Amino acid sequence: MIGQVGRRLFGVRDRVPPEPVSPGEVLAEAADVRVRLGAREVLKGVTVAARAGEVLALVGPNGAGKSTLLAALAADLPVASGVVRICGRAAEEWPAPELALRRAVLPQSATLSFPFPVEDVVRMGRAPWAGTRLEDSDNRDDKVVREAMAATEVSGFAARPFSALSGGERARVALARVLAQCAPLLLLDEPTAALDLRHQELVLRVCRQRAAAGDAVVVVLHDLGLAAAYADRAVVLDGGAVVADGAPGDVFEDGLLSDVYRQPIEVFPHPRTGAPLIAPLRDA
Amino acid sequence: MSVAARPVERAGEVTEVRKARRSAPYLLTIGLVAALVVLSLLSAGIGAYDIPLGDVLASVQHRIGLGGHALDRVGESVLWNVRLPRVTLALLVGGSLGCAGALMQGVFGNPLAEPGVIGISSGAAVGAVASIALGLSFFGNWTVTVCAFVAGLATVLLVYVLSRDGGRTEVVTLILTGIAVNAFAGALIGLFLFFADNAQVTQITFWQLGSLAQATWPKVLAVLPCAAAGLLVAPLYARKLDLLALGERPARHLGVDVERLRMVLVLVVALLTAAAVAVAGIITFVGLLVPHLLRMAAGPGHRFLVPGSALGGAVVLVGADLAARTVAAPAELPLGVLTALFGSPFFFWLLRRTRRRQGGWA
Repeated sequence: MIGQVGRRLFGVRDRVPPEPVSPGEVLAEAADVRVRLGAREVLKGVTVAARAGEVLALVGPNGAGKSTLLAALAADLPVASGVVRICGRAAEEWPAPELALRRAVLPQSATLSFPFPVEDVVRMGRAPWAGTRLEDSDNRDDKVVREAMAATEVSGFAARPFSALSGGERARVALARVLAQCAPLLLLDEPTAALDLRHQELVLRVCRQRAAAGDAVVVVLHDLGLAAAYADRAVVLDGGAVVADGAPGDVFEDGLLSDVYRQPIEVFPHPRTGAPLIAPLRDA
Repeated sequence: MSVAARPVERAGEVTEVRKARRSAPYLLTIGLVAALVVLSLLSAGIGAYDIPLGDVLASVQHRIGLGGHALDRVGESVLWNVRLPRVTLALLVGGSLGCAGALMQGVFGNPLAEPGVIGISSGAAVGAVASIALGLSFFGNWTVTVCAFVAGLATVLLVYVLSRDGGRTEVVTLILTGIAVNAFAGALIGLFLFFADNAQVTQITFWQLGSLAQATWPKVLAVLPCAAAGLLVAPLYARKLDLLALGERPARHLGVDVERLRMVLVLVVALLTAAAVAVAGIITFVGLLVPHLLRMAAGPGHRFLVPGSALGGAVVLVGADLAARTVAAPAELPLGVLTALFGSPFFFWLLRRTRRRQGGWA
């Protein structure tokens, strides 16, 4: 009785940890979703699904609605029509604490009001698990935080204040925080935008590893080469609508991309691996 | 999660840093508590009628039934009717202001937010002054506190709505909103002064300077519920305030009900500010200075910062009140004047630093 009152007072309730998912299971889906921001209709009837064990890349020109779609899948935005389901339940029906155990979101830019040290920022990702039955000991938190920092190569400056980091370092710390959340659905908005070549590869390898471990990863990318190399599936958005959805090898072809980006583009196989390479068509 | 792409770089650093950071709050807490006890005892003894430290302790022991002895009639009366209510009030007011400052900075995500600077103290003062000038007494002893709370709450909400844009509060907007709110509150207080009679004018003037000179036990009782409620509730939200530093959306992604958190904390800030203003008038900069110094010493984590700022605020105010009473004895400096004298240059330094860091008045 007293325990119950205490729990109510402190906002700690028994949260149901996410069920284990099987490969291919749909963890997030948008069905004919329309989203309005002000007077503009930013998404015009979009249908996509993110499946467990799969990296899904959202690509398209600026203003195509990639970030808006990601925000809709994250339950950040109300939809004007259609439905967004996360782990089988309508997005708006999830209480925030339960949803936090199921989906993690990397925002486009990482900001912090106060100069927390890097390790504390990453540890914030563990907050949703506080008081759940799965959080059996402080050790699990420590282990997960350590692994997330190692995976994103931020362990070397664990003690530095976040405010003293460069843009690329901040982006990796933010990603480490998202990884530490251990949610089966990962929504990453341009995780590679501020990164150098080596760390771009690193981040997408991490995405692949998480997918291999059974998570669903949705990632907004501008670099089509990265999308072709690492994504299982690519969704091309243009003007708030899906114009193609499929394996990168099938979706990325000259005509479609040239149309969508309004820029002549050529796609050719890599001489050694045969993976599609995408480049703007330039005069010789 | 299988994320062992590379061996952990300098794995030892992580745990060492955590240890060092964990010990700072403990040491600070011990130091602050010690300072608070010493200053309170000094403040109870020193004044126009000096009471030796031993006598203060003996009298306190006597009253709580642990031996000791009563003082002579004058000494006993000075200690229990003048000094101790004043020290207690300084503790409550200082604690409330320090805690309110830490909370506001967390809620606004802005290190320059403080009840005095952004006009919430003035707003609460309008309520207090109105209740005096209009001769209200519907809640008896608690009338001034209740009016200060209602006006303070209205002001926090107003400032919050006016200074936020797209989920964040910019420094310029916040400071300018503070100027506007302070000006408006000043005008209202002036208006009440204009229509008040002489006795009321004297009473109101006291608010504008900020002072603990009229401390009595009934006054302590009048603010105790507000201050205690605020101080007890505030630390419960420390973890969530940490997450709020990431921004509203990321905090929500981590399971924080941001709307609810914000409403609760705004309410708590109003409670704390009202408690302080209702008895002591407008005392600025305590809520700005204390959380800042603690953040520099122990990091920005709110689990220490929120209760620590309450403790630090109490230390500062008990000390400042002692100084206000003794520096120019037998005259007494107004407490609000003293804190502003030291607080304003600090505020200026903070402004400069914020500007340098952000490369402009963003």
